Amino acid sequence: MLSKSVINEFKRILGNENVMTEAADRHAYSFDSAVLEPVVPELVLAPGDQQSLGNAVRLCNENGLNLTVRGAGTNLSGGTIPSKEDGVVLLTNSLNQILEINTEDLYARVEPGVITAQFARAVQEKGLFYPPDPGSQTISTLAGNVAENAGGLRGLKYGVTKNYVQGIDFFDVNGELIKSGSRTVKCATGFNLSDLMISSEGTLGVFSEITLKLIPPPQTRQSMLAIFDSIDRASQTVSAIIANKILPCTLEFLDNFTIRAVEEFRQAGLPTHAEALLLIEVDGHEAVVKEEGEKIRQICQEHGASDLQIAEDEAQRDLIWQARRDALPALARLKPTTVLEDATVPRSKIPDMAGAIQDIGKKYDLTIGTFGHAGDGNLHPTILTDKRDKEEYARVEKAIDEIFEVALSLGGTLSGEHGIGLAKSRFMEQELGQGTLEYSKKIKKALDPGNILNPGKIIGE
Amino acid sequence: MQDLHRLAEMLREIEEQMVCCMKCGMCQAACPLYAQTGREADVARGKIALLEDLSKEILNDPVGVQRRLDRCLLCGSCQAACPSGVKVMQILIKAKLIINSYLGLPFWQRLIFRGMLSRPKLFDTLSRIAAKFQVPFVKSSNRALGSSCARVQTSFLKDRHFPSLAKTPLHSSRQNLDTPRGSSQLKVAMFTGCLVDKLFPHLGEKVLDLLGREQVGVFAPMDVVCCGIPALAGGDRKAFVRLVKRNLQIFEQGEFDYMITSCATCTSTIREIWPLMADMFTEEENAKINQLAQKTLDVNQFLVDKLGVSSLPSKGGEQKKVTYHDPCHLRKSLGVVRQPRELIAKNPDLELQEMAEPERCCGMGGSFNLKHYDLSRKIGEKKRDNILNTDADIVSTSCPACMVQLIDLLSESGRGIQVKHPVELYVDDTR
Repeated sequence: MLSKSVINEFKRILGNENVMTEAADRHAYSFDSAVLEPVVPELVLAPGDQQSLGNAVRLCNENGLNLTVRGAGTNLSGGTIPSKEDGVVLLTNSLNQILEINTEDLYARVEPGVITAQFARAVQEKGLFYPPDPGSQTISTLAGNVAENAGGLRGLKYGVTKNYVQGIDFFDVNGELIKSGSRTVKCATGFNLSDLMISSEGTLGVFSEITLKLIPPPQTRQSMLAIFDSIDRASQTVSAIIANKILPCTLEFLDNFTIRAVEEFRQAGLPTHAEALLLIEVDGHEAVVKEEGEKIRQICQEHGASDLQIAEDEAQRDLIWQARRDALPALARLKPTTVLEDATVPRSKIPDMAGAIQDIGKKYDLTIGTFGHAGDGNLHPTILTDKRDKEEYARVEKAIDEIFEVALSLGGTLSGEHGIGLAKSRFMEQELGQGTLEYSKKIKKALDPGNILNPGKIIGE
Repeated sequence: MQDLHRLAEMLREIEEQMVCCMKCGMCQAACPLYAQTGREADVARGKIALLEDLSKEILNDPVGVQRRLDRCLLCGSCQAACPSGVKVMQILIKAKLIINSYLGLPFWQRLIFRGMLSRPKLFDTLSRIAAKFQVPFVKSSNRALGSSCARVQTSFLKDRHFPSLAKTPLHSSRQNLDTPRGSSQLKVAMFTGCLVDKLFPHLGEKVLDLLGREQVGVFAPMDVVCCGIPALAGGDRKAFVRLVKRNLQIFEQGEFDYMITSCATCTSTIREIWPLMADMFTEEENAKINQLAQKTLDVNQFLVDKLGVSSLPSKGGEQKKVTYHDPCHLRKSLGVVRQPRELIAKNPDLELQEMAEPERCCGMGGSFNLKHYDLSRKIGEKKRDNILNTDADIVSTSCPACMVQLIDLLSESGRGIQVKHPVELYVDDTR
């Protein structure tokens, strides 16, 4: 329970200015980027150092307060919405130091609140490369990326956040510091607790330090834009590129509705009649890039691309990717509420998935624009609506359920990169089965017997 | 004591704009204040969430929300970066007006906005007295900048370094002007702006001299009053309306092609904010407002795009290095980026050297600086470092409010960097 003496204890260990009790502060932490009902926390804590972070966790546990860790609050599945009872939000964004970038051993150590894009830039300045680039990278925190296993545009070739985690130090519910992983590439020591923490969405521990793998950057890159008059042809092209043993670093898809929205927004001369656009980039050694670029050009032509534009310089490259960057803003402006989904299927099932999304849109009479990462089967059907329109929003919810059903029936998964949080937890059993869910609950119970770490997320109450 | 339901009803006015915010948080990357504090209530989406909760009657602390709305530079960085195109400035300004009209305006603000700003004569008299009496209280601290600091520390002056109030404001040294079009065939009205009038009258003089030399007809009324943005930022609807109406009356007397200002904030207020407040004015007044707004241009914009001033001959000698700071209200609100740089480039004795992040806010934010001086200075430190990291002898910017902040930030650097408006750089060497 949250008594005055508990609040005073928090103030004592964190400092007065780092404990927010006023309503007008707490209400600013009642939401994240998911379209879900806000829940106002009882208390918001902003520890300024590692020790007070650990103490704050311990104190929450001792007093049975439900703790939700929050970085930038950009979660798209409600993972950072606090608990309805005795909810405490713990901010990690004051802990934002890059502790080390090691150019000899190719790793970096960071505090949880370091902002993704700022870290990537610091790494780049040292001549190295940190590839994960989630859409919210200019604001998202690295601990948030790890806790959600965030993806991005480079997933196809470079993988996602989990592929760059070498170690995580975290506080357990008792405020005990647990170390996992290593600064070495190889590590076969003990349980792989780092991997248990990835995607745990703040339900198993509170991160204090993360060790991330870095790689040498690609020397060159080439971008192109291919236009198709059918989604089928576009996705056959995607399959053919990969069947030809080429892994582009990025292979993105825009459907007709999105193309038209982007063109209306930017007037950059996109073909509004096209049924699909593929935006492709290969990177690596100059000779390889040249060879792969040429092969992709051939494949696109063989599979019926009606037009192909190849970027000759950085300005043209920028123009191509502007279309992708514009996709969400262009769609978001059309209606007040934007529901961004991320159900993911094996990439060979993209035509089925894209077709099903169109059918679902028609069935429920909704506006859906689809874009996303065709190369890894991770599409973002984006439903444009107005949450104030109760009748329409009920149809939106039905449509979302049906999108999940289709993704699962195609051998896919509920979430490619946004996480389960509150929004998708009720589908967990359907994808994973009761046994898996029970096993997960047992792990949770063993590590967090009081169920104070982000209760209700992923595996439900 | 309060009828929160009534407040909720009043907030309906901005519901349509607020509902467009999808809480993606991209404003965090743009907000200079959030970069400093990391607090959600300091950034646009947090403020919008608070307002939504007030309007849904699930938050009943209008005073708390008012205090948090005050923590904003009104720089418009968030609006310029918003993926969904949320009209943040409109939301925040209207919300302040609504909450203040519900709660009532604090006495000292009423005193400033209604007692002083909207009574130019009183404002002038007080400034004149202050200018005369500032000598015993402040000492000169940096000759290159012409800044001063307090001899005796007070809680308000702290360790501020500020340009002294001019001994003679522009409206005392110059008469009302109404000259016909010369060979340029153009005629402009000059909107002086409070800071140019009282702190940088020499800038106003230079603009007038330049226009005269360029054969531009000028309508320059010296009784022009404040553009109203301090009143709006403080949430005082009455004072704002009074100021706009007075200005409309004044500029009705003249006939001109464009109205120019040397102040980024005055320009964006007249161009963007006046027309947004249509519900405060009659149809007839709105027609005049829109007409005047369309004619309003930043002085650089006029000189480069409309008048097309020519390059100056070189006077020889060593080139001076200039770096340019983009005022938020020019770059982010109006997209004026190229023109001030082009004006500087027209002086061959100057070399423009870009600083890192020229668009980064200096932290001034008008009354934000008065209310939250320490935060304002902290925000400005990065700007100061970016300037010091160039070899510039001069930092130029097109906003007198930014100039005040830059003078304060640079006063203790010891580098002797001067702060100048682009017009000063163009005109200085033409003499």
